Amino acid sequence: MPSKEYVGLSQINGPLVFVENPKGVGYNEVVEIITENQRRLGQVVQISDKVAMIQVFEGTSGLTVDKTRVKFLGRPLMVKVSDEMLGREFNGIGEPIDKGPDILNGESRDINGSPINPASRMYPRNFIQTGISAIDALMTLIRGQKLPIFSGNGLPHNRIAVQITKQAKLKGEEAGNFAIVFAAMGIKHDEANFIRESLEQSGAIKNTIMFLNLADDPAIERIATPRVALTAAEYLAFDKNLHVLVLLTDMTNYCEALRELATARGEVPSRKGYPGYLYSDLASIYERAGMIKDKNGSITQIPILSMPNDDITHPIPDLTGYITEGQIVLNRDLNRKGIYPPIGVLQSLSRLMKDGIGKGYTRDDHPHVSSQLFASYSKVQEVKALASIIGEEELTDSDRRYLRFGEAFENEFINQGEDEDRSIEETLDLGWKLLGYLPKIELTRVSEKEIADHYKEIKEI
Amino acid sequence: MIALDRKGILYSINGPVVKAKNMTGFMMHEMVFVGEMKLTGEIISLEGDSATIQVYEETTNLKPGEEVLGTGNLLSVTLGPGLIGSVFDGIQRPLDVLKAASGDFMKRGVFADPIDLKKSWNVQMGKIKDGDKVVGGQVIATVKETESVIHKIMIPPNVSGIAKNVKSSGKYTVDTVLMTVQTENGEEEIKLYQRWPVRIPRPYSERLAPREPLVTGIRVIDTLFPISKGGTAAIPGGFGTGKTVVQHQLAKWSDADVIIYIGCGERGNEMTEVLEEFPQLIDPRNGRPLMERTILIANTSNMPVSAREASIYTGITMAEYFRDMGYNVALMADSTSRWAEALREISGRLEEMPAEEGFPPYLASRIGEFYERAGRVKTIGDEERIGSVSVIGAVSPPGGDFSEPVTTGTKRFIRCFWELDRQLANARHHPSINWLDSYSEYAVELKEWISKNVDPDFYKMRDRIMQILTEDDNLQQIIKLVGEDVLPDNQKLTVRIANIIKVGYLQQDAFSDVDSNCPLKKQDAMLKTILHYADRSSKLVSKGVAVSEVLDEDIVNTLMRMKENVKSDHLDEFKKIEEKLDAFFDQLDKKYQVTTEA
Ligand SMILES: Nc1ncnc2c1ncn2[C@@H]1O[C@H](COP(=O)(O)OP(=O)(O)OP(=O)(O)O)[C@@H](O)[C@H]1O
Ligand SMILES: [Mg+2]
Repeated sequence: MPSKEYVGLSQINGPLVFVENPKGVGYNEVVEIITENQRRLGQVVQISDKVAMIQVFEGTSGLTVDKTRVKFLGRPLMVKVSDEMLGREFNGIGEPIDKGPDILNGESRDINGSPINPASRMYPRNFIQTGISAIDALMTLIRGQKLPIFSGNGLPHNRIAVQITKQAKLKGEEAGNFAIVFAAMGIKHDEANFIRESLEQSGAIKNTIMFLNLADDPAIERIATPRVALTAAEYLAFDKNLHVLVLLTDMTNYCEALRELATARGEVPSRKGYPGYLYSDLASIYERAGMIKDKNGSITQIPILSMPNDDITHPIPDLTGYITEGQIVLNRDLNRKGIYPPIGVLQSLSRLMKDGIGKGYTRDDHPHVSSQLFASYSKVQEVKALASIIGEEELTDSDRRYLRFGEAFENEFINQGEDEDRSIEETLDLGWKLLGYLPKIELTRVSEKEIADHYKEIKEI
Repeated sequence: MIALDRKGILYSINGPVVKAKNMTGFMMHEMVFVGEMKLTGEIISLEGDSATIQVYEETTNLKPGEEVLGTGNLLSVTLGPGLIGSVFDGIQRPLDVLKAASGDFMKRGVFADPIDLKKSWNVQMGKIKDGDKVVGGQVIATVKETESVIHKIMIPPNVSGIAKNVKSSGKYTVDTVLMTVQTENGEEEIKLYQRWPVRIPRPYSERLAPREPLVTGIRVIDTLFPISKGGTAAIPGGFGTGKTVVQHQLAKWSDADVIIYIGCGERGNEMTEVLEEFPQLIDPRNGRPLMERTILIANTSNMPVSAREASIYTGITMAEYFRDMGYNVALMADSTSRWAEALREISGRLEEMPAEEGFPPYLASRIGEFYERAGRVKTIGDEERIGSVSVIGAVSPPGGDFSEPVTTGTKRFIRCFWELDRQLANARHHPSINWLDSYSEYAVELKEWISKNVDPDFYKMRDRIMQILTEDDNLQQIIKLVGEDVLPDNQKLTVRIANIIKVGYLQQDAFSDVDSNCPLKKQDAMLKTILHYADRSSKLVSKGVAVSEVLDEDIVNTLMRMKENVKSDHLDEFKKIEEKLDAFFDQLDKKYQVTTEA
């Protein structure tokens, strides 16, 4: 199709430019915005017979109304996908930035992808052992799941993400056919370097594709970054049969870029100024995780987001939680106590674990032990609140045992080394050991048989 | 008849909302095909020569200047044998057919008949002969659609007249004309299927009061906050509090004849879960796979938002159709908030003046219109049939804040409110339905049925349970401040009994083999047992016996675990538990010389 070129803009407004009287221009079509010394990419976000509204990924500074040329390319934003991408680094819209060669062979694909037909999905059931007790026992990661980390400034989400990528394995399956897709949106150079170096150390870098839009890169470009990354991931998973782990960080920066654009467009805002379609927009990213019948690969997503002011009800974590299949919530108090990984287990959840743990998957007692640990640790919070009022000495014996259990649970179960890789059996045994602090009668979530098999009361507390 | 050669011209595209001119002669809510790709759309406003259309598919690459073609029909669904067991998108396109046509990823502009019109069914004709008078809603034939559902072929609601060319029983395809009807306005062909516009409720002859519970097998619901057949309920709760699990449980175990499950803007995997699980799960009432009474609508969060808006109408119209056959239909919509957000998004693109939180001012009235399509009715037709549509909608309030517009708007129109509690969910007490803030307005109306069919004392026990829980709530306030130890013994006992009720009764693991579904008879027996314990222990404690004496570890354990230990088909085991309790208390009575009155 011959591409159409126009000279001159009718208006420039924040990240948006407007072209009058466009002919034959399609909705969502990509455009090149050309000035004397630069070529930028943009996308048609609204079109009528009178005017085309275009968002410019690299920002509009330096553009002039009269000299700017706009070339409509007659296609949506595409990225060329191929195996050659493994081990390479790209910018937020998929252009190589590692001084390596251009991607020559490969197929260009629309970065927006298409929804997986729900009738084609295969329900994910395979347990991924991360070696992190809190995750494996209580919010088990399943291959094909989307399980975000809700974090905050200064919390060690990157270290946890790296530990997961290093240790993640499927029981009884050899490593090999896996890949990592890493998409950075607005994060600091230091953070990106940390992740790159860690992947280099573990040797995973050759199976990794990195898409980097860093803090000083154009903000609007971030809107494309996760989509470019997931297009590559879908290729690896469903064309090349790889098990792909996708890290998306930081989704909060992504959402802010979206808000900036919505504001520029003069849209009616919903909560905290974010657009009303933030849910659908995020879903178009997160729902690109999963497994497909008759295909061997999978996409497991670990999006990372920082909760503004540690507020889990903020629209970004809130809407994310409504879409993803659980969440790993980091907790500042635990972090202050020096506990790593500082996972607030009560607020965390894995919705897919129920079908991927227990008999035939992990160990028979897993579902009940995890339920018991949740229930008991939740009771610890009540007892702590009470103790802070009436003093520990006034507590009943049973309550004192809860306090002791709580301490041990945080220091021995949640807490572990950054290189410590615990097997699921070790993790569950540890859970049982700590439940020994509690009187038997309190253990209502585990069966009598499980108690007989695993429970050993710790008399001295 | 509307001319089919009308053609509009697109002039503006803004996401799922497009505008076209040259649209004179098109109808409001007419289904149209948009652009070269023939994307399905619906006209949502007409002004002069120009129309606004919501497009049910992605609009990428649509260009001003492309054509809009009319269909002459309002957005409608196809109703006939073949619906049961299917999975549709929001505008009733069968997902397996789309998959066969375009692969694992959804493509645009693919058209597919909702049900296979060329599939043959064994049609058993009724008594109607040539020359008989027939009216709308009258059953003319039956088809055994699945082992669980007999599909009744009905005269469409707006047709009546004299039957002609009536076929005899036999094997026919869905598009076979079974008879013609000579109406005042000409002849109407009656096939195995009919079509009905989704935004117009199907008519009934009379609305009836609720009488019978929709038994769900979930104790906290059936015992404390029951819903009736034909009733409405909302399940509001923040993310991860258990809305979907409750909806799935209802789809599995509620005693409806037909289930319509709408995944409205939610996760793809949740639909897959139903698709993989339901064919394996057995309906306890007839031993057949649950899929044989279930229809799914899957318009997941990443599928087009306007089709999400349409999905609940598609679902409820199918529900009304089965209701008209005289069935009890239960419809679950997960989540109505996503539907409301679809309304908001489209309204925003139309640049309508927003009311609260950006939602359009007509949000509440739309919610009301939807829930009003639920109900227990006397159907139209020649004979008396009673059918019902029960509607259970999940609500996903932003930030878990129940004062937001969708929750408050819904509360005005529903009669059961099952409020999910973040604290309970975090402690993994499921279902996390808050027993103090939830309510059911049907409880009173269902008392007679329960008394007659389950136990005349059921409601008395229900009231006592509620009373203990309320008292416990007050005591918990004190405990938070000073600890349990300072409470007098009788209050300590109340707290302990409340704990047995919470852990041993209200908490119910959806994924347990034994306890996932709890029939009313088992609920009744459990209540009896717990209250029997409460009676006898209170008596001792009131006579000055120490609370620790009655809190025997083995006895308490038995009460906490009977939900798992007694299977629904072995209810006689409750006798043994009662004997065990009696033996225990008799011995205590004797020890403390408390006499049991006759
Ligand atoms: N009755 C139950 N028994 C056991 N576990 C439950 C029960 N209800 C909920 N859960 C647990 O809670 C998790 C979350 O439940 P669910 O997916 O229904 O939440 P939701 O309210 O639908 O969340 P969202 O709004 O994000 O969709 C489940 O994956 C399961 O682990
Ligand atoms: Mg849900």
